[in-house]
Amino acid sequence: MQYEAIVIGVSSGGLNAMKIIFSLLPKKFSIPIIIVQHIGSNSENRWIKLLNEKSNIELKEADEKERIEKGKVYIAPANYHLLIERNKTFTLTIDERVNYARPSIDVLFETAAEAYQKKIIGVVLTGSNNDGTKGLQRIKECGGLTIVQDPDTAESCFMPASAIASFKPDHILPLEEIVKLLIEIDIQNKKSE
Amino acid sequence: MDCSELPTSDSNHILINNGSTKLRNTFFDSKKEMLEIHDLLEAFYHKYGYDFRQYSEAHIKRRILNRMTLSGIEDIQELKIKVLNDELFASAFLQDLSITVTEMFRDPLFYKSLRENVIPILKTYPFIKIWHAGCSTGEEVYSMAILLQEEGLFERTTIYATDFNQQVLNRAKEGIFSMKMMKEYAANYKLSGGKKVISDYYTSDDDNVIMNQSMKKKIVWANHNLVTDSVFAEVNLILCRNVLIYFDRKLQNNVQSLFHNSLIPGGVLCLGTKESLRFTDYNEKYSVLDEKQRIFKKKY
Repeated sequence: MQYEAIVIGVSSGGLNAMKIIFSLLPKKFSIPIIIVQHIGSNSENRWIKLLNEKSNIELKEADEKERIEKGKVYIAPANYHLLIERNKTFTLTIDERVNYARPSIDVLFETAAEAYQKKIIGVVLTGSNNDGTKGLQRIKECGGLTIVQDPDTAESCFMPASAIASFKPDHILPLEEIVKLLIEIDIQNKKSE
Repeated sequence: MDCSELPTSDSNHILINNGSTKLRNTFFDSKKEMLEIHDLLEAFYHKYGYDFRQYSEAHIKRRILNRMTLSGIEDIQELKIKVLNDELFASAFLQDLSITVTEMFRDPLFYKSLRENVIPILKTYPFIKIWHAGCSTGEEVYSMAILLQEEGLFERTTIYATDFNQQVLNRAKEGIFSMKMMKEYAANYKLSGGKKVISDYYTSDDDNVIMNQSMKKKIVWANHNLVTDSVFAEVNLILCRNVLIYFDRKLQNNVQSLFHNSLIPGGVLCLGTKESLRFTDYNEKYSVLDEKQRIFKKKY
């Protein structure tokens, strides 16, 4: 199976979780990663700089109409929803908050499912609300791969637990195991190219 | 928090999913669906004159699917028939597709830059015309009015505030906002370099505030559609923030042409903090006043 993108949703406890993920992912990791992290609306995104110091792959804020490319990590800007178009470019909107959040994980995941159908991997990590549940389920319905952080290992268990309570994701794993799985998929992806 | 006690599903979730999953189960034909949406937008334009054909697909699709879930409509064909034959429903559909989210002093640092970089330019003109394009319910227009009052420019300014959505324009004219939101706006106002307290500009009861009548006398509210209407007036300053992000590249370029034709030489254009001129034909026709806050000055 050729996966074309990974979407990750993360809320409270997210910075620590992402530090772990991006210190473990190798430089040559090639599936593009797109992240929604809940963050204050006037945030200056200093945390992206912080993460970049730890990361082997460069992380950047997603730009309006930017094309999604291999080997890159994109992060939703504060106070905008991040949507993916069928032509694999980004749209930013200032629509109403969804699940009290802008950016909302559901918005990213649902549009990712529409754009990539079964060629998408959705990951729900630590967080203290239920954003991401509906979107991850949509990814599953469209045939994509769904991964949820094991709530027992999450800094804040509610968001992963909410997803698991609504449907059966393909994998429930601690962070380190999620990274291992993603690396394995990436290697297989490259072999089948 | 004990997550082992989480309910297996919540009612809100079931409600939302009933619509979308029943409707579009696994492996739906996304391309066919998009063609049907285009067909719907085409028909809507020809019947009612509102043109959403060049809006972001992903955004429009989300809005349409939400409407279908809310109204229990099973497919896009059914939605199209209802939109074309039921004017009340069509009016609700128009509201669905409109972007009405706004706040006072949204992006406080933008307003700070406006004070520092644009007000000195405006001070050189004997009369000032400002065009606020896509003003929605008016929060940013009143923000501008406050700023102009504090900078002593209000009396010689006319603000043209336009939107294609008459319903939001009517609300903007009233200038009534909720007290709860006003508390958030007060923080924005402070961060933007506000010189007084925001409560100086309205009167309130427990739930709502109404903006001072004196602020309204220099504001002209008008119906104008950026997609289908032409040049509105010749102005010194245009604000159009977080509208163009919804448009495709070609439509963005058309609207930039409209803005360029509406500005006097040396006039100022303000876009949303994630919007740019980079992929339009007009990038070279402006100099940059503030890169980060997306404030541009039309070249002579």
